[in-house]
Amino acid sequence: MTPSGGTPTDLRVYRPRLSTWWWTRKRTYFVFVMRELSSIFIAWFVVYLLLLVYAVGQGEAAYRRFLDWASSPWVTVVNVVALVFVLLHTVTWFNLTPQAMSVRVMDRAVPSFHIIAGQYTGLVVVSGFVFWLVTR
Amino acid sequence: MADSIQLRVSRFRPETDSAPRWQEYDVPLRKEWTVLDGLNHVKNEVDTTLSFRWSCRMGICGSCGMNVEGEPKLTCGTFLSDYEPGPITIEPLANFPVVRDLVVDLTDFMEKLPRIKPWIIPKEDHGNVEPDVEFLQTPGQLDAYRQFSMCINCMLCYAACPVYGLDPEFIGPAAIALAERYDLDSRDIGSPERMDVLIQHDGIWGCTFVGECTRVCPKHVDPASAIQRYKLKAALGTVKAFLLPRGAR
Amino acid sequence: MEPLVWLMFSAGGVLAAVFLPILAILFGLVFPLGWADPPDYQHLRAVIGHPVTFVILLGLFVLMLVHSAHRFRYTLYDGLQIKHKRTVAALCYGTAVVGSIVTLVVLLAAARAS
Ligand code: SF4
Ligand code: FES
Repeated sequence: MTPSGGTPTDLRVYRPRLSTWWWTRKRTYFVFVMRELSSIFIAWFVVYLLLLVYAVGQGEAAYRRFLDWASSPWVTVVNVVALVFVLLHTVTWFNLTPQAMSVRVMDRAVPSFHIIAGQYTGLVVVSGFVFWLVTR
Repeated sequence: MADSIQLRVSRFRPETDSAPRWQEYDVPLRKEWTVLDGLNHVKNEVDTTLSFRWSCRMGICGSCGMNVEGEPKLTCGTFLSDYEPGPITIEPLANFPVVRDLVVDLTDFMEKLPRIKPWIIPKEDHGNVEPDVEFLQTPGQLDAYRQFSMCINCMLCYAACPVYGLDPEFIGPAAIALAERYDLDSRDIGSPERMDVLIQHDGIWGCTFVGECTRVCPKHVDPASAIQRYKLKAALGTVKAFLLPRGAR
Repeated sequence: MEPLVWLMFSAGGVLAAVFLPILAILFGLVFPLGWADPPDYQHLRAVIGHPVTFVILLGLFVLMLVHSAHRFRYTLYDGLQIKHKRTVAALCYGTAVVGSIVTLVVLLAAARAS
């Protein structure tokens, strides 16, 4: 402590340092880092979907070739892993939204449960629409 | 229930030690004893040199925070029996400089707190108002900030925050939660001044929403929520500044 | 700068949470692995070539790229304690910008082809 108005005392203090592996020590920290790493897999799917769009633009043969490539074992493995991370992103994102914004209606806070349920409804609607659009 | 439990206490004596070391004490294990009771037993009966802070023993003064089994806790609200059969490791709050044993240096927070102006900044000067004049609020207006006013400055959230651990410049969870507490108060008009402080490099943008501050807070203040709301406020403010002509802001 | 990037990060986060699971399941697994018949080529080309799809995909991809870049930047700070903060930021956002340009080019080419 610095005595008020004085100079710092010459007391030695011990300054702990956070280790690089701090996030492996506690489950909640670990989940946090995994959640943040989902960013890599979101980027992967952007690239993947762009390849698909590109192939479709190139013609039917290219589209077939893309599907063949996409069914190869390593792409499948990457996609499965990436999907798990995307789902982690979805669940954590929905769960945290009520904390990030407070919605007040008639001077009362809307319960988190309603906000979360609303988002899952959105997910279902969007998924249903995309499914209908591409398989129609 | 066994009749004793071991406390593994981190000791640091600045005169002789260059780093903390462990010391073990056996204390009676009683159902109604908290970790703080165990430490007081050591201090009174076994080893008077052990240093730690406490005052109220009822979760209101915020001075007894320590890392118990690696988790920031109010030791007066944490029971020995929850850690049976032990041993229980007790360390000073993480992320702060250790002065001695379980006592940490909070100067950093003391310097940060006034930056966010944790007081009501009223619309007009109340210097001449009679002291018995009341400024009424509806229950809804009180409810808007109530949660954030519960903070007891116990610093558990700083001990839990890896962002603060990595970059001590970060103004930190409790300070931002308190800024939000006054911003949301219907009697206060200080938001722009606080925003100026919090959009600096050591303010809200350093937070990555780990959320651990909220998990450890003994008063359910939810600092993580305050910080994210601030980000939204700051972002929308910037957009408005872009879109609207000066006068309409 | 930070507030705008953060807004894009958040928008990208919402879009990724809502749109990506179904897109990833359908085009990443279901169609390539033949669990269901892949969409007919003509149909898919018509969908992708539609101006509305063009706008939506552009917004979706660009915002998700910014989302990734922003989040990954902070992962490098926190997780690995990388010290060269400016370089990290420049690399992450730079990649997102390049990716956005590529996105635009690819989408334009696909739209023109159909
Ligand atoms: S916000 Fe909670 S954990 Fe942080 S200082 Fe206040 S009471 Fe303690
Ligand atoms: S002694 Fe006061 S909060 Fe624990």
